[in-house]
Amino acid sequence: MPDGASTAEVDGRGSAGTQRAAHERYRMMRLSRRFEETMHDQFGDGQVPGPLHLSIGQEAVAVGACSVLRKTDAVLSTHRGHHHCLAKGASPDRMMAELLGRADGYSRGRGGSMHVAIPEIGLLGTNGIVGAGIPIAAGAAYGMQAQGRDDVTVCFFGEGATGTGVFGEALNIAALWSLPLIFICENNQYVELTPQHLHIAGEIWTRGDSYGIPGQRVDGNDVDAVADAVGSAVARARAGGGPTLIEAVTYRWFGHYAGDRAAYRVEEEVREWRERDPLIRARAALGDDADAIDAEVEQQIEAALAFAQQSPLTGPDALAIDHYAQS
Amino acid sequence: MTTATETRSLKFWQGINQALTEEMERDERVVLVGEDVARPGGPYGVTRGLLDKFGDVRVRDTPISEAVLVGLGVGGGAVGLRPIVEIMFFDFAMIAMDQIVNQAAKYRYFSGASLPLVIRTMAGAGGPNGAQHSQNFEAWYSAVPGLKVVMPSNSADAKGLLKAAIRDDDPVLFIETLGLLPVRCDVPVGEDYVEPIGVAKVRRSGDDVTVVAIGRQVDRSLEAAERLAEEGVSVEVLDPRTLSPLDTDAIVESVRRTGRLVVAQEATSPYSFAAEVCAVAAESCLSELRSPPVRVTSPFINVPTPVPLAEARAPGVEDVIEGVRRAMGA
Repeated sequence: MPDGASTAEVDGRGSAGTQRAAHERYRMMRLSRRFEETMHDQFGDGQVPGPLHLSIGQEAVAVGACSVLRKTDAVLSTHRGHHHCLAKGASPDRMMAELLGRADGYSRGRGGSMHVAIPEIGLLGTNGIVGAGIPIAAGAAYGMQAQGRDDVTVCFFGEGATGTGVFGEALNIAALWSLPLIFICENNQYVELTPQHLHIAGEIWTRGDSYGIPGQRVDGNDVDAVADAVGSAVARARAGGGPTLIEAVTYRWFGHYAGDRAAYRVEEEVREWRERDPLIRARAALGDDADAIDAEVEQQIEAALAFAQQSPLTGPDALAIDHYAQS
Repeated sequence: MTTATETRSLKFWQGINQALTEEMERDERVVLVGEDVARPGGPYGVTRGLLDKFGDVRVRDTPISEAVLVGLGVGGGAVGLRPIVEIMFFDFAMIAMDQIVNQAAKYRYFSGASLPLVIRTMAGAGGPNGAQHSQNFEAWYSAVPGLKVVMPSNSADAKGLLKAAIRDDDPVLFIETLGLLPVRCDVPVGEDYVEPIGVAKVRRSGDDVTVVAIGRQVDRSLEAAERLAEEGVSVEVLDPRTLSPLDTDAIVESVRRTGRLVVAQEATSPYSFAAEVCAVAAESCLSELRSPPVRVTSPFINVPTPVPLAEARAPGVEDVIEGVRRAMGA
């Protein structure tokens, strides 16, 4: 078993392994969902000293993709990245502490959810700048290639980021150098406060065609479909086959940020997408085990919240730390 | 250790080239990426020979994609490389501003982890390059917490400080001055020669006035000091070498002693390095200043393309002499 390899990667094709992987994927989606619901409540109570961008409804993209990764693979996330962080192995305790502005948060409670990087699990950053993770992902992939590792980098970004110049730059360099890089566009239908038809011409999943980058569109609410697509791309990248572009089509249940009532969309559309809830679909395959998993996740969430609430509020004395190696 | 007497005369670009070569030999994690750095050896030949020595995995030509280029350094540094990224002209760093300011400079703050990264670039007039290939933006980046900014003024410092930057665990913006590339000085031999980041150097001792100078203005200030000495004016020339963190102790100590301050730079004056040094002196030793500080800078206009016009814009020896005379009350 390679160092840090996930259960899914090693066992994912056998039937027992498939079953275990299905359990773990559902558990992680449930954890992400409950994490964000809990943080949304805390936000409503005035306990989150920063913005909150919820990924509820999009969990299958992060969980499916990260379920085929190793600890030593890298992930670049976005402003909407709780699900990426948790799926890559972030501690819900420390994530909650960060969001609640506590000393035990990953950035000592100074950053909030958009400003976290956890290199020890390969999470090289959520990001407050749309598209900014894409160049860093190219760098991480180049670094892995230059060191002769067979690790890969997964770069999550929203469909809005396809409007940035660095997206085109990175597709070019990734193809040119055959970088072990998987571009995953998490298409949640809305770019901040406007529908994507105001932002995007043509198709996203074919954007790599002229660079020779294979593209694929998957149902982003089907965790197994995401895992299969990303798994194939990862296997190809590990073998030196270069980058892949995957568009995972999903939906953002809530507004751009907590507090955005999303009055720019119709209720029927939201209802239709909620019926395609990725958790309900994944849960159906688990039978009676699902309730037990839910109960375990609930305990985990309660413990995480207790941990975060018991962690001291970050004060001004922590602000100057970690600006330079000697500070 | 190499003794101080073992030196070789090198041009500025050779000092850079030697530092790159020695550090890449010393540490296989060091890589160099940039536009035209590998096969062509750089537009001015600074990186010549490195591709042959170290191969195209470690020395790599990139597309014209400055933002992704700096991203290669940020991501590469985050997964275990010690990348050196070359931005051909300082003006082009503006295209990569997000990666430098919002990403590289924030990485340790967000993660608590090191980001070894050197961003080398070339600044200033000195060639027929015009208003988009000649600018001095050192003050812009020196205003960013999390970045270090180094700007050597001679071959020896170019070598010693670049080696220090490559060994540093924080992102360092390393500014090479175009007009200095062919200028020679004696450079200590051997890979153990490293100059410390954040430490200023007195280039010439004097009692009457302190001239704090950077880039090409260091040599011009030394020449001005030589000529002023003939008139009986004793000029101290202080080269901070690192702009962030700035060695304010050295500046304040010198200004206290001389009681007069002139700052010489090629950048325009408003919100500049010179403005910062004047502010440091005003805050720390105003009562010991015997005359108002003087800024010797380019006028607040763009850089013209013809070399004689570009040189007419940049502060020369006469401008420094004039600045010192003003500080002396003459």
